[in-house]
Amino acid sequence: MKVGIVNYGMGNLGSVRRALEDLGADAFIAEHPMSLFEANRIVLPGVGAFSEGMAHLQEGGWVQAIRRFVLTERKPLLGICLGMQMLASEGEEGGITAGLDLIGGRIRRLDTVGCSLRVPHVGWNDVTFPEDQPLFAHVPQHSDFYFVHSYAFDPVRPQDVAASTSYGITIVAGVRHENVFGTQFHPEKSSRAGRQLLRNFMEFVAC
Amino acid sequence: MLKIRVIPTLLWKGFGLVKGVGFNSWRRVGTVLPALKVYNTRDVDELVLVDITASQEQRAPDHEAVADFSDECYVPLTVGGGINDLQQIVVLLRAGADKISINSAAFVNPELVDQAAMRFGAQCVVVSIDVRRHDDGACSVFSHSGTLDTRKDPCSWAREMASRGAGEILLTSIDRDGTMQGYDLRLVEQIAACVDIPVIASGGAGNYQHMVEVIQQAGASAVAAASMFHFTEQTPAGAKQALHLAGIPVRQNFVAV
Repeated sequence: MKVGIVNYGMGNLGSVRRALEDLGADAFIAEHPMSLFEANRIVLPGVGAFSEGMAHLQEGGWVQAIRRFVLTERKPLLGICLGMQMLASEGEEGGITAGLDLIGGRIRRLDTVGCSLRVPHVGWNDVTFPEDQPLFAHVPQHSDFYFVHSYAFDPVRPQDVAASTSYGITIVAGVRHENVFGTQFHPEKSSRAGRQLLRNFMEFVAC
Repeated sequence: MLKIRVIPTLLWKGFGLVKGVGFNSWRRVGTVLPALKVYNTRDVDELVLVDITASQEQRAPDHEAVADFSDECYVPLTVGGGINDLQQIVVLLRAGADKISINSAAFVNPELVDQAAMRFGAQCVVVSIDVRRHDDGACSVFSHSGTLDTRKDPCSWAREMASRGAGEILLTSIDRDGTMQGYDLRLVEQIAACVDIPVIASGGAGNYQHMVEVIQQAGASAVAAASMFHFTEQTPAGAKQALHLAGIPVRQNFVAV
C-alpha cells in the first residue's frame, strides 16, 4: 500500500508518515503533484490558515492534480485538520477563498457559528458517528481524539457529516463523500484511537 | 466535552533531560528519547519539550533532534526554547512539532507572535509566560529562562499575547517551579480570568490534589508537571484517574471494539 502525503509547505508531515509506516504502509512525502501517480492513497495534512494553505496548493499545482486523482482515478483521500477544511468549497479564514471543492460546504470561524467557548478549540474531545462510517470501524462511540482548530466545516449536505463533537455547539469532526474523507482532529496525534482510524482508512475499499 | 489535559514537561539540556528548582539547580533525570517512548506507551495526553539552554546560546532547538523525538511521539508535541524567527518555526513544524512555544523573543519582537499566528494559525502558537512573585506580592514577567525581569504585569502581557494571536498560554510560576508545593492558584486564576484562550498551569505540582485545585479553583485548562512525574511514583495516568474521581472530564484510554 503506497500512501502519498502531500507536502505543500505547511504542517506536520513526519508524524503522519511515521504513524502510517507503523501500520505497515509504504508512506512517502509527495513533493510534486505527479508523484501522486504511484500512490494508492492520498493524505492531505495541514496546520495553518485556510487562505495560505490554498495559496500553497495553487502555487504547487496541487489543486488540479488532487481533484483529478480523487475524482477521476478514485483514489481514497484523507484530509486532516486544515487538510479536511480545504476539501470544502470555500473558507473564510484570511478572506473568502475557494477550496478544493470535493465536499460542498464552507469553513467558518467557530465564534461566528454560535460557539461561545474559548477559541481555538484545543485538546481531546469525544466524537460520535453514524454506525456505518468506515473510518470509525472498531472505534467505540465517544472515543477521544485530539483537536486544534479555530474554524469548522459547515457542510451543504448533512449526509456528508461522518462524525461530530460537542464544544458548546455541535462541531463537524469528520466528513465523508464516497472516497473523500476528512477529520477535523489529528488521528496521527490521537494515540491509539487515531491509529485505529488510520488503519481503517488504509483498509477502505471503494464499493 | 473538552477534556482537561495532563502534560508532562520535559526540559532538555544538551543530551539529557533535567529538572531544577526555581529555574536553577538542574539535576539530570534521564535522556529524551526513552522518556518520550515511556510517555507514549503510557498514552499521555500531550508533551511539552523545552530546550532550556537554546535561548541563552541564541539558537533555536536542534530540529534534527526534534525530528527524532517527534517520530516517537503519537500525541501532540509542543517545542520551545530560543525560537525567535518565522523560519525557525517552519523548520520545527516540519520536523514534527505540533506547536511551538515562544517566550523571550516575544519581548524583543512581539510581532513574531502576530506573524506566527497569521502564517501557521493561532492554535500552534503557545506563548510561555514565566512569572515571579515579588516580596510585596506583586508579580512580574521574566524572560530569558527567568533571568531578566521585564517588569511587565502578567495579566496585561497575557492579554497582549492573546490579542496578537497566541493560541494558548503556558503559565509558569518560577517561585513554585520544582518545589512540588502546589501551583500558584492566585496567579493562574488571575490569568485565566483575563484571557479567553486556554491557560496551562505550570510550576509547583507535587500531587494529584494540586492538579484538582488548579483546575477547579483557578480555571486552568490543562496541568503541566515535571518533578512530580520525575521524582515521585505518581504518573499521568494516576493524575487522570484522580481528576476523573474529582468530577473533572479527562480522556479515557482507548480500547478497540
